[in-house]
Amino acid sequence: MNKKRVVITGMGVVAPNAIGISKFEKALQAGKSGIQFHNDLKELNFSCQIGGIPEVSQELLDLNFTALEQKGLLATGLIYGGIAGQEAWEDAKLAKNDKLDIDTGVVFGTGILGVDKLREAFHKIDDKNVRRLGSTSVLQTMASGISAFLGGKLGCGNQVTSNSSACSTGTEALLIGFERIQHGKAKRMLVGSCSDSGPYVWGGFDALRILPYQYNDNPEMASKPMSADAAGFVPSSGAGALILESLESAQERGVKIYAEVLGGHINSGGQRQGGSMTAPNSTAVVDCISKAILDAQIHPNQIDLINGHLTATAMDATEIENWTIALGRSGKDFPYINSLKSHIGHALAAAGSIELVSSVLELNSGFIYPNINCEHIHPHILNKIDATKIPRRSMDKNINILAKASFGFGDVNACVILNSYHK
Amino acid sequence: MTSEAIQARLKTIVQPYVNHHENFENLSLESDFIADLEINSANLVDVVLDVEDEFDIRIENEDMEKMTNVKATVEVIQKKLS
Repeated sequence: MNKKRVVITGMGVVAPNAIGISKFEKALQAGKSGIQFHNDLKELNFSCQIGGIPEVSQELLDLNFTALEQKGLLATGLIYGGIAGQEAWEDAKLAKNDKLDIDTGVVFGTGILGVDKLREAFHKIDDKNVRRLGSTSVLQTMASGISAFLGGKLGCGNQVTSNSSACSTGTEALLIGFERIQHGKAKRMLVGSCSDSGPYVWGGFDALRILPYQYNDNPEMASKPMSADAAGFVPSSGAGALILESLESAQERGVKIYAEVLGGHINSGGQRQGGSMTAPNSTAVVDCISKAILDAQIHPNQIDLINGHLTATAMDATEIENWTIALGRSGKDFPYINSLKSHIGHALAAAGSIELVSSVLELNSGFIYPNINCEHIHPHILNKIDATKIPRRSMDKNINILAKASFGFGDVNACVILNSYHK
Repeated sequence: MTSEAIQARLKTIVQPYVNHHENFENLSLESDFIADLEINSANLVDVVLDVEDEFDIRIENEDMEKMTNVKATVEVIQKKLS
């Protein structure tokens, strides 16, 4: 069976440094940080008192949620995902009406949804007041609450689901939607992911002592992927959304095409060979990247830019080494590489989708956004690749092929190959 | 409290949940929450919670089941207030 070509025709984003595609693109080029000090984290005795939280205005809420939908709405991930998903829909010039669209589905993932709503519910239940939870407790806290919300808002009649694979969730969501369209089971898929913000999501990571505690007075400097003094990942939140569409459908509708999805791969390291619940099995990472390249039917030499997972931990050097092995390229021959986490921290389940949006903007507009906070590149990384391949300033550069990977707890991996669209 | 006074306050309470605005404008004792006002059935529990808060009363499951239209709801509230 001939697989269908799949293109990206719409995008939406709610990130800590910018909300909306056009503002986000400007923030990327400027290397604008979205990391701030949060007093509630200090009051709660967090070691790491900084994080990335998108600033959603009441005006934006009113555009995306009815007054009734806003009643008792505490699930921040649902707010971010609801806004990003609807922005992508409008960006792709899809209609918002009462009709059922049987050819469009939703794969919108999350790690956990509505923790603040859960907290409210737990308090009421413990006070023997379960009867007063109200009607939206379930809708805001079921993992699929975000895909259910978007599916209903937009009238999607194809598969509507939420995937969950820790920090690879967003990249996995794109690949699930991609394959569904490739195989002719849907014409369009809204894919993406979201993550709640705040202490109840981030606490477990603070307890693991993997967040930086040295930058509470200097939050914008804290996220240092690939840096010699990287001190851990900065917790973040938000949502990214993309409309995937068969090339035929996009051409029929005559809409703008941002980029083409050439292929990808998803696997797991099985928590063997050095892999664990929290660390990746490098053999599986290399295998995931290699099979993505094979699936995309390209040669590794064609890759111009890598959007890494690169969280700002000791694993960054291992990730770089894995890329050099998978591509058979190193030193000055290595592609350019960047990490959005230097700007906005690690948005956990939302990371993959927000980073995919940033990658598509680079392909579409021809630039490479800077790695900020990376004055001193880690020596183990410099042993593998040339410093010029890690841009510290925004570069104007036409990019044809971009590789994006995400890795998550549970030793899970996802890699996507994108192409700037050629007719 | 008179039935009319309760009905007026109930009208304000149900407003955010209503999907049929014309029938809402013409709200009467006979108005059915689901059939006439097109309130989503899941939101009926929210109406009950808002009634509890507004009138400072507690409504048990048996009474709650009756509260599907304006008349029955006003009666339940009157009974609780007396």
